[in-house]
Amino acid sequence: MANLRVKLPGLDMKNPITPASGTFGFGYEFARFYDLNLLGSMMLKGTTLEPRYGNPFPRIAEGPSGMLNAIGLQNPGVDAVMNEELEKLRPLYNDKVIANIGGSGIDDYIETAKRISTHDMVGALELNISCPNVHCGGIQFGTNPDMAAQVTREVKKVSKVPVYVKLSPNVTDIVAMAKAVEEAGADGITMINTLIGMRFDLKTGRSIIANGTGGYSGPAIFPVALRMVHQVSQAVDIPVIGMGGVSSGRDAIEMMIAGASAVAVGCQNLVDPFACQKIIEEMNEILDSMGIDDVNDIIGLSHKY
Amino acid sequence: MGNYQGMMKIVHKKELVKDVYEMVLNGDAASFIKNSGQFINIKLTDTLQPYLRRPMSICDYDESNIKIIFKVVGEGTKILANKECGDTLDCLIGLGNGFEDLEARKVIVVGGGLGVPPMYNLTKQLLSHGVEVTAVLGFNSESDVFYKKEFEELCPTVIATMDGSVGIKGTVIDAIEAKQLSFDKYYACGPEKMLDALILKYPDNGYLSFEARMGCGFGACMGCSCRVKTKPYKRICVEGPVLKSSEVIVNG
Repeated sequence: MANLRVKLPGLDMKNPITPASGTFGFGYEFARFYDLNLLGSMMLKGTTLEPRYGNPFPRIAEGPSGMLNAIGLQNPGVDAVMNEELEKLRPLYNDKVIANIGGSGIDDYIETAKRISTHDMVGALELNISCPNVHCGGIQFGTNPDMAAQVTREVKKVSKVPVYVKLSPNVTDIVAMAKAVEEAGADGITMINTLIGMRFDLKTGRSIIANGTGGYSGPAIFPVALRMVHQVSQAVDIPVIGMGGVSSGRDAIEMMIAGASAVAVGCQNLVDPFACQKIIEEMNEILDSMGIDDVNDIIGLSHKY
Repeated sequence: MGNYQGMMKIVHKKELVKDVYEMVLNGDAASFIKNSGQFINIKLTDTLQPYLRRPMSICDYDESNIKIIFKVVGEGTKILANKECGDTLDCLIGLGNGFEDLEARKVIVVGGGLGVPPMYNLTKQLLSHGVEVTAVLGFNSESDVFYKKEFEELCPTVIATMDGSVGIKGTVIDAIEAKQLSFDKYYACGPEKMLDALILKYPDNGYLSFEARMGCGFGACMGCSCRVKTKPYKRICVEGPVLKSSEVIVNG
């Protein structure tokens, strides 16, 4: 069996697989399906300073090999996440988790980061500057390199743990965004968030998603994610956690070949709650069949061409 | 495989009325069902298309069989209707809370259209608890009516149709009033308009099963969370689909 262990800032992962934020709740819902301790890490549901109910219904629409969502960062707020949600997860998971934080202004990010980065279960922060579904904040930070750098810099000042920045694909030049957050002190990059999309009701002509637009994810976006991870991982010196449509062990390996140091699985958790468990097993089998004894050897394999 | 998931084999398929199918799924995972009113979430193909599972209410069940009734309304239900006996389906089973409170003296069960099926097993369970049950089933028109005979074999059954082609003309509430039905609890499943009307008319002692667009069906995506009076929100797929009438915010 190949070595699957990968080391990233703040995270010593027994394998490169982590569920992506927003597709795994606060983890404990999945404990009825499998032992969570087989996961490399876990990206928690996006957390904001104050509780948020999120967007009106419908929040979900389907598309070819994927889905649109506009949940709107529904979460119980940082204090409840620290005191209640993480306490529910504590007996079920032994390794460090990645806390995903969002906000509608820079002060929200700072205060949320200050609090949640002190939690003993949190190994790293993931700054969500790319949520397409909240009207204020979120994506504005993720599409302007100066604002992205500013929020990264401010959060780095207060965070007790390494800070990853989650990039949006809805930009003209994602490499410029990556370089901006790297220069501002980010310890790593996670990418990609969802692609902004729409579906319409034929009878009424209205958007199916009540919010109008939603974020598209699922296998349909996988090649887009690969391309962007390939570009960014070569342009920066900090590690990239790759995500976007990964739905099999084969996909996870391809994402690492593109340049990802670890891989997040998103949408597929919703369709198949056993997805991460299966992907880890499949990675093992495929690496064995490839004759590779350390998963670290395939990271960025594509860069030599 | 762990709890809640299993491969189920189609052992019966029948078109009850136009585009409405009854299907029986057989497999050990049927035993994951704990309560009447829980639901299953079906992966229709083993490919990436359609991508999401389809949640379905449970009409009846035992240790190894699950009966569902569904209407062909789109891509997913069309695929399901075209499945044949012997085909297998990857299902998540025993999702949601279901009807947990069956302690009552005299109740009505109210089903509207495709909300009728989950009332069937519920009626059986209520009867086995010694509860006096009357069923009130609402449809658009006579050609849409199904399971009339099945309910009549269990309990007194009142049919309402919007066009009056059979039974009482009007809504299920018109039927309840016309028959002057008295009850100390009611249970309902049907279109949201029907559920809202019931809650406004009978604010107390009701248990209503809601439908929602779901991403996952097991509490991860927050796609189906709704505001309630008792908590900031409940997920229809985990803390629902059955909500108490007193906690529902109508048009919330």
